[in-house]
Amino acid sequence: MTRPLSVLRRFVLAGYTRLTASRKAVFGALVILCLILVALLAPLISPGNSQAVVGPENLPPSAAHLLGTSGQGNDVFAQLVWGTRNSLAVGFVTGVAIAFVGVAIGLSAAFFGGWIDNLLTLLMNIFLVIPGLPLLVVMAAFLPRSTWSVIFVLAIAGWAGSARVIRAQALSVVRRDYVAAATVVGERPLRIIVSEVLPNLSSLIATVLFGAIGYGIGALAALQFLGLGNLSTVSWGTILYWAQSDSSLLQGTWWQFIPAGVLLTLACTATSMLNFAIDEITNPRLRTTRDRVNFMVRLARRRREQPHAA
Amino acid sequence: MRYILSRFGFYLIALWGSLTINFLLPRLAPGDPASTMMERMGGQMTPAQLNELRVLYGVSTHTSLLHQYGAYLAGLAHGNLGISTSYFPTPVSTVIASAIWWTLLLGSIALILGFTIGVSLGVLVAWRRATPVDSIVTPSSVFLASVPYFWLATAAVFLFGIKLGWFPVSHSYNIEQVPSFSWSFISDAAYHAILPAATIIAVSIGNWLIVMRSTMISVLSEDYITMATAKGLSPLRIALSYGARNALLPVVTSGGIAVGFIVSGALLTEIVFSYSGVGYLLYTAVESLDYPLIQGLLVIITIGVLAANLLVDLVYVLLDPRVRRP
Repeated sequence: MTRPLSVLRRFVLAGYTRLTASRKAVFGALVILCLILVALLAPLISPGNSQAVVGPENLPPSAAHLLGTSGQGNDVFAQLVWGTRNSLAVGFVTGVAIAFVGVAIGLSAAFFGGWIDNLLTLLMNIFLVIPGLPLLVVMAAFLPRSTWSVIFVLAIAGWAGSARVIRAQALSVVRRDYVAAATVVGERPLRIIVSEVLPNLSSLIATVLFGAIGYGIGALAALQFLGLGNLSTVSWGTILYWAQSDSSLLQGTWWQFIPAGVLLTLACTATSMLNFAIDEITNPRLRTTRDRVNFMVRLARRRREQPHAA
Repeated sequence: MRYILSRFGFYLIALWGSLTINFLLPRLAPGDPASTMMERMGGQMTPAQLNELRVLYGVSTHTSLLHQYGAYLAGLAHGNLGISTSYFPTPVSTVIASAIWWTLLLGSIALILGFTIGVSLGVLVAWRRATPVDSIVTPSSVFLASVPYFWLATAAVFLFGIKLGWFPVSHSYNIEQVPSFSWSFISDAAYHAILPAATIIAVSIGNWLIVMRSTMISVLSEDYITMATAKGLSPLRIALSYGARNALLPVVTSGGIAVGFIVSGALLTEIVFSYSGVGYLLYTAVESLDYPLIQGLLVIITIGVLAANLLVDLVYVLLDPRVRRP
C-alpha cells in the first residue's frame, strides 16, 4: 500500500496546479493570505498598544488616524490590524479543533459501526438540533472569560456538522475492498484508519477544516458582539461590541463598525470559497459540471450542516 | 404513525440532552456563578450573602448532585425556572413570558415571508434558468446569505434608521404607547417590526432560494414534466402544480434546521434593534450576570426550536404520502 507521505505529496502537488486554475480558490486564498499577512505583520503595520487612548473620542478618519478613533479614544485602524490577528488566530485554532473532533468521532462511528455508530449519530443529531447560538451564549456565560474557554465553547457547539459529513463519506470508504483486505490480513484498526481510510478522506477533511475556520471566525465575532468571551483582547467582534455599546450607530460614526464588518464578511466569504474550490477540485463528479449551481447547492448544504454559523 | 412516533422520541431525547447540559454547565464550570458574581462586585459580600446566592442559583453544595438533578427536572416539569436575579423577585418564567411574544411575532413573520419569497423566487429562477433574472437574483441572494446577521442588521439600522430616517431604530413599540389591542398600538408595533424582520428575511431568502432552485431544476427534468408539456398544459400549471409541488418536499425537510438558523438570527437582530424579545433579554441577562434567567432562556428557546422541528416533520407527513405507509 502507498505510504501516507507520498500520498500527501501527490495530493499537495495535484491540488496546487488545480487550485491555481480555479478563480474561486485564487480569490479565497488571496484574501486569506492578505489577512494572514496583516495578522503576522501587525507589530510593523501598527506599532504600539492598540488599546491605548490616543486622542479624543469619535474623531472622524484623518491622516493621523486613518480610520478615526473609537468611542473610547482608541485608534480604529490599529484595533482593526490587531483585531485581525486575534480573530484569525482564534478562528484557526477553533477550525483545527473542530476538524479534529469531527474526524475522530465521524471516523469512529463509520469504522466501528453497530451500537457505537448509533450512539455517536444520535449525539450528532442532538447537537445539530439544539439551537447553536443560545447554547454558545449560555456556555460562554458560565465559563471563565478566557480565549481558551471561548475556543472550547465554539468547538463543543460546532463539531456535530463536520462529524456528520466525515461519517457519511467514511462509511463509503470503510466498505471498499482494500479496507476489507487489510482487515483480513490482520492489520490493527488504528493502522487501517491511519493508512487506508484517512488518506482517502484528506480532501473532505480540508473542506471541513476551511468550513470550520469560517464558522470559528463568524461565531467568535457573534459571541464577542454579545459581550461574551474575552473582552480585554481586541478582535473584530470586540470592535463591533464597543461600537454598539458606545452607540456609534446613533452618532453616525460609521468608521467604528463598517470596516470591521467588511473584514469579517470578507474572511467568511473567502473561507467558504476555498472550501468549495477544494471540494470541486477533489470531487471528479463536481468538476465536470462547470455550473454555478453546484456552488450554490453546496453553500446551502454547508449552511444546513453548520447552522450555528452566525 | 411509526415515523411520527420515532421523530417524537428523538426530540424528547434531544430535549432531555439539552436540559442535562443546561443542568451540568454551572456545576462543571470552574468556580461557581456565585463566586464569579462576588469577584465582579470586588469581593464586597459577606459569606452569608454568598451562601444565599448559591442557594438562589441552585449550586448549593449541601445536597448531592443527583438530588439537585431530580429537583431541577421536577421544577421544570412544573414550569418553575427559578427566580431572576436582575428582576428580583420576579420568577424567570414571568420575565420570559413578557418577552416571548415579540420574538414569536418577529420569528414567524420572518419565517413565513422568507419562506414564501425565497421559494417563489427559487421557482422563478429555476424556470428561467440561465437568463438574466437567474444570474442577477441567485448570486446576490447567496451573497446576502453569507453576510454575518448582526452586522447586516447594524448596517440596516445605520442606513434606513439613522441616515434616511424611514424606520424607528430601537424597541418593539413606541414607549409612549400602552400595549393594548387598539389599532394605534398594533400599527405602531408593526411599524417597529418592519426593519428587523426585513433584515432576517434578507439573509434567509438565499437559503430557501438555493434549495428550491436546485430541487426544482432536477424535478423539471423528470418524465412527467415532459408528459405534461406534451399534453399541452399551460406553462404556469406545469411550473406550479407539477414542478413546484414536488420540489417543495426536500425544501420542507431542510426547514427544521432553518428554524434554528432563524432563531439565532432573530436573537442577534433583536440585540441590534434593542427589540424587547428573548434575544434582547438574553443579552441583558448576560450583561447583568442573571444566571437563572440565562438558563431559563436556553430551556425555552430549545423547546421552541424542537417544537418547530416536530411541526416541520408533521407537515412533511401531510405533504408526502410515502412516509405515511406503516
